[in-house]
Amino acid sequence: MDRVVQVEKGASLWQDALHRLRQNKLAVAGLAILAVMVAAALVTPWVAPYAYDAQDLDLGAARPSARHWLGTDQLGRDVLTRVLYGGRISLMVGFAATAVSLLVGVLYGATAGFLGGRTDSLMMRIVDILYALPFTIFVIILMVFFGRNIILLFLAIGAVQWLTMARIVRGQVMSLRNTEFVEAAVLMGFSHRRIILRHLIPNVLGPVIVYVTLTIPNVMLIEAFLSFLGLGVQAPMSSWGLLIKEGADCMEEYPWLLLFPSIALSITLFALNFLGDGLRDALDPRGAGE
Amino acid sequence: MALLEVDDLRTHFHTRNGVVRAVDGVSFAVEPRETLGIVGESGSGKSVTAYSLLGLIPTPPGRIESGRAQFGGLDLLRCSEAERRAVRGKRISMIFQDPMTALNPYMTVGAQITEPLRLHEGRSRREAQTRAADMLESVGIQDAVMRLREYPHRFSGGMRQRAMIAMALITSPELLIADEPTTALDVTVQAQILALIKRMQAALGMAVILITHDLGVIAGTCDRVVVMYAGRILESAATRDCFKQPRHPYTQALLASLPAAHVKGEDLYTIPGMPPDLSIEIEGCPFAPRCGHVVEACRRGRPALEEVARGHASACLRVQAGEL
Repeated sequence: MDRVVQVEKGASLWQDALHRLRQNKLAVAGLAILAVMVAAALVTPWVAPYAYDAQDLDLGAARPSARHWLGTDQLGRDVLTRVLYGGRISLMVGFAATAVSLLVGVLYGATAGFLGGRTDSLMMRIVDILYALPFTIFVIILMVFFGRNIILLFLAIGAVQWLTMARIVRGQVMSLRNTEFVEAAVLMGFSHRRIILRHLIPNVLGPVIVYVTLTIPNVMLIEAFLSFLGLGVQAPMSSWGLLIKEGADCMEEYPWLLLFPSIALSITLFALNFLGDGLRDALDPRGAGE
Repeated sequence: MALLEVDDLRTHFHTRNGVVRAVDGVSFAVEPRETLGIVGESGSGKSVTAYSLLGLIPTPPGRIESGRAQFGGLDLLRCSEAERRAVRGKRISMIFQDPMTALNPYMTVGAQITEPLRLHEGRSRREAQTRAADMLESVGIQDAVMRLREYPHRFSGGMRQRAMIAMALITSPELLIADEPTTALDVTVQAQILALIKRMQAALGMAVILITHDLGVIAGTCDRVVVMYAGRILESAATRDCFKQPRHPYTQALLASLPAAHVKGEDLYTIPGMPPDLSIEIEGCPFAPRCGHVVEACRRGRPALEEVARGHASACLRVQAGEL
């Protein structure tokens, strides 16, 4: 019996997920908003109405006007420009640090959970030790040794965020470790690498994605905190976290300084959450949709 | 020559509460193309025996203390991980008890069935898909080509077990280990699955080890049967002989407790007492405390499994002495 089976193009989990994601309007909207944000961040240097440190000395802090759509801050700098530039930093920190934590945390946690036993104990004790290190001191030490550097900032934040990710993934993998489909996979003679990457990780994507949508805003706030301590972004450059921090200090006199960066951050976080929710549902093949 | 020859297998679990002797000196052989039934209560070591052979015992706490398992010139208990990997899934396959958890919910059925084929035989995707569709059809799933693209949650329990069987058989193994393949299924589906295993066995010419606690399943499908209790084999015989003339008090008691064997209106027969605690070293015959024929000698030493009739071995001292 020689039949030719049509090889289905959309057979992979990701292609199926993409298909299901497209049907989720909120998630698509979230994705679109994020895309706009990222695009804006990419082209900022060419489209920003002013230089990020240019001062309009006639004005000082001014309300939104035709000249400065979102107003200016106390030093007469254009808020729209600063929000755009701030977005570059915040989005970069958010995505880069989260990517680090995602990559390291998922692989590390899945490996520990799958191998179990002594390897797992050892790997998780390392995580415990890193957890116990005071984060601020850790970053300060890094900065002192390697100098102030935006890449280092990503690494420092990522280096802390992956710990929780590793714990979450390990827990999930351990509960899957003894299910029969994993045993069946071991039995089929598949390598550990293949089992972890192909069989286990797709099964833990749900909680991972939810945690990622929580990590990105968290990372942005950590960046603001570090910048406030003088360890992150340096004035006159700014980020959303920093803008919000400065805006909050003078919200009674100049509310627009707090309002606009907050709106930008909130919209991004909303979009992320919608997208995250949609992704989680889309990645579960048991979800609705054909 | 036997396809698989297990000799003195001992698998112990080193737990906080002592050493649990889950499998304690088990020897049996499986001939090519035959069906060997392993029957016993929960905790008698049936599954641990199978898992030991395939290297699926979690270590620690488990440890294979001794034994050999000769499979085509390879000792499964001593070979390297690479050698074992080449055998598992290719020459020996296994199907599990619970079809609900035995398929990965995040992979299409097709991807799961074709995976061993592509990995072990290096087939192309297209070729593997065609083979998988044929296989799925031969285990009785309609519209196989379409079904391959679906995820397991759209399959019923019986269909999942069929898909599992298709996955296990796609590499045409020489030995299939079925660990309670029908326990989680309802009775009509049970019969279909057993018939399916029988049919595939004949078609592929493979041997089957069928692990079950259901004597009815054994009677209907197995050529030979091994009765396990407390990690040991108490009786081993051709199925017919075992049912017609059981030669161990435990097997006799098991058969007597079958509901079908009892006279209507009378209480069902049960074996008094409980299976022994395996974390305590058992002196003498493990069934002695519950046995109606026990004598003083039963509680000393360890009765060996000895042939008491042609192809019929028993580990009962009194049967061996001709007293029972």
